[in-house]
Amino acid sequence: MSKPPPVAGTSRALRYLGLRCLQAVPTVIAIAVLNFFFLRLAPGDLVDTMAGEAGAATPEYMAMLRQLYGLDQPVWTQFLHYLSRLAHLDLGYSFRNSTTVLDLILSRLPNTALLMLSSLAVALVGGVALGTIGARWRGRWPDALISAISTVGFATPLFWIGLMLIVLFSVHLRWLPAGGMTDVEAGRTGLPYLLDVARHLVLPVFSLAVFYVAIYARMTRSAVLEVRDLDFVRTARAKGLAPRKVMARHVLRNALLPIVTMTGLQFGTLLSGSVVIETVFAWPGMGRLAFDAVFQRDLNLLLGVLLFSSCLVVVSNLCTDLLYSVLDPRIEVR
Amino acid sequence: MTVVLLTKATRVATLLSGRKRAKWPSSSFLRRLLRNRSATFGGAVLIAAALAAVFAGAIFDADPLDMVGRPYTWPFTDRLHPLGTDMLGRDILVGLVYAARVSLAIGFAAAALSTILGVSLGVLAGYFGGWTDGLISRLTEVFQTMPPLILAVVVVTVLSPSVGSIACGIGIASWPQIARIVRAETLRLRDSEFVQAAVSVGEGHLRIVAGHILPNALPQIVVTGSILVASAILTEAALAFLGLGDPNEISWGSMIGAGREAMRTAWYMTALPGLAITAVVLSLNLLADGLNDVLNPRAGNV
Repeated sequence: MSKPPPVAGTSRALRYLGLRCLQAVPTVIAIAVLNFFFLRLAPGDLVDTMAGEAGAATPEYMAMLRQLYGLDQPVWTQFLHYLSRLAHLDLGYSFRNSTTVLDLILSRLPNTALLMLSSLAVALVGGVALGTIGARWRGRWPDALISAISTVGFATPLFWIGLMLIVLFSVHLRWLPAGGMTDVEAGRTGLPYLLDVARHLVLPVFSLAVFYVAIYARMTRSAVLEVRDLDFVRTARAKGLAPRKVMARHVLRNALLPIVTMTGLQFGTLLSGSVVIETVFAWPGMGRLAFDAVFQRDLNLLLGVLLFSSCLVVVSNLCTDLLYSVLDPRIEVR
Repeated sequence: MTVVLLTKATRVATLLSGRKRAKWPSSSFLRRLLRNRSATFGGAVLIAAALAAVFAGAIFDADPLDMVGRPYTWPFTDRLHPLGTDMLGRDILVGLVYAARVSLAIGFAAAALSTILGVSLGVLAGYFGGWTDGLISRLTEVFQTMPPLILAVVVVTVLSPSVGSIACGIGIASWPQIARIVRAETLRLRDSEFVQAAVSVGEGHLRIVAGHILPNALPQIVVTGSILVASAILTEAALAFLGLGDPNEISWGSMIGAGREAMRTAWYMTALPGLAITAVVLSLNLLADGLNDVLNPRAGNV
């Protein structure tokens, strides 16, 4: 990062935040343009779909509908309309679900966030722990075992792990529920409800986390091996710090930097993974919404999910940058 | 210090002796690759899978969608159908071999598409810099922002599922990674002495890119490309599992999707295609690791 002026404080961080938000605007607009392009590329327009729904429609009625929705206007006018609607956070209307796309997405967002953040937490804790163990016993059997497991975990389809976990833990052992988010019939409230959600959360979170545990374990191992021979670590050891403290404060803190970068870069992939996992476990999140949209031929909804999830990625990249400067004060926000 | 001096000396020597050769020595390359255990294993599994896929028709003359035996035959119980049959009495082994065709074809086609897109855009951005770089970097950012699987789902839905549209969707969703790597490589190479030498001799842009930059970036491209094949196979499986596979073809992902309905009683129908995917993706990753060790010996293993 470039040299910052020596004025400290939150005002600079805020200005940086504002600047980054401004920089994100062209990206979001470009994605909106692409969305519009996809919408026009698809065979049949909205009115065709609606007419198909209704079973039959006269050409006059269809022409009237086209006029009503502005589909008879030139492409440019339609595009400007589209952009101005987006600027008002109007992602369109889902005729299938008779509600606005934004409402649908927002109602599913907390469930997806719960799934993704829990998986990320499990992956971070598990990956960093395994990677540290691997580095600590480099070349011996724990290291070999961990790297073998992570190599396989890296190559296995997430959704297949999910299905196999269902076979084992739900069908044969009957320990955990196979899908959904709660037992609807039980009608629990309060703490029992939360525990019920937690029980439903275990398998999806674990299936989604496996891939990331594998990545984080590999990265932590190599980062720890790289950092632990540096001068400042030797100094910390020489001044008599306990090995555990050296590991936690000096080695791991520095080794975490590449992991934070990776998490920011992988956020879109994590969202993608959650689409498939939500489908496997009937988890009522955004991914499941996208899946249903494909089968209902609800392109408006599908594109809304694409645009909204891209905005989530933009926000997460911003958070990554901020977290970076917290972890390493030498990297200052511009 | 001496090491720095030595490399400087060798660099000057190579400069004096003409153009720098790309590190792509053919016979010694193969020998070193064969000595690398993970690369040999990965390559062998991959070649076996590819051969099975190519000669599927010669090995089994049956149609993978034909009903050939009693439904729900478990693996290793019937000698005629070693891996059992599914709920419609279709032979699972025949299905797996035929499915390898689609999964591998889409994997390689998608990776080829994203490699072509990524390499050309990355070289353009890194070599010309300035506004070209700014524009392409912005475009890369846009595509990197969209979650890859959701983007692929949109492309396949819009174009309607077929082998071509699936490869296209995966390729479009996955080129930014290789574009960034190639751009960084090109930036590094552009300032190197042998490219400067070529510029001073008056070679054209095309010759410099094709003769000096691309050959030296090739090791990175090959390693990233093989990882792209692996991830394309995984994405294809996910798409087919979601029901966005080519309806006329059988792939590992669609076999898992079909087997899911009988998962409670006959989990082997879901397990076997998943093992096939894992085996092929694992061997591709091992091959990429081995290639990385052999081609980029100085690069760290991340």
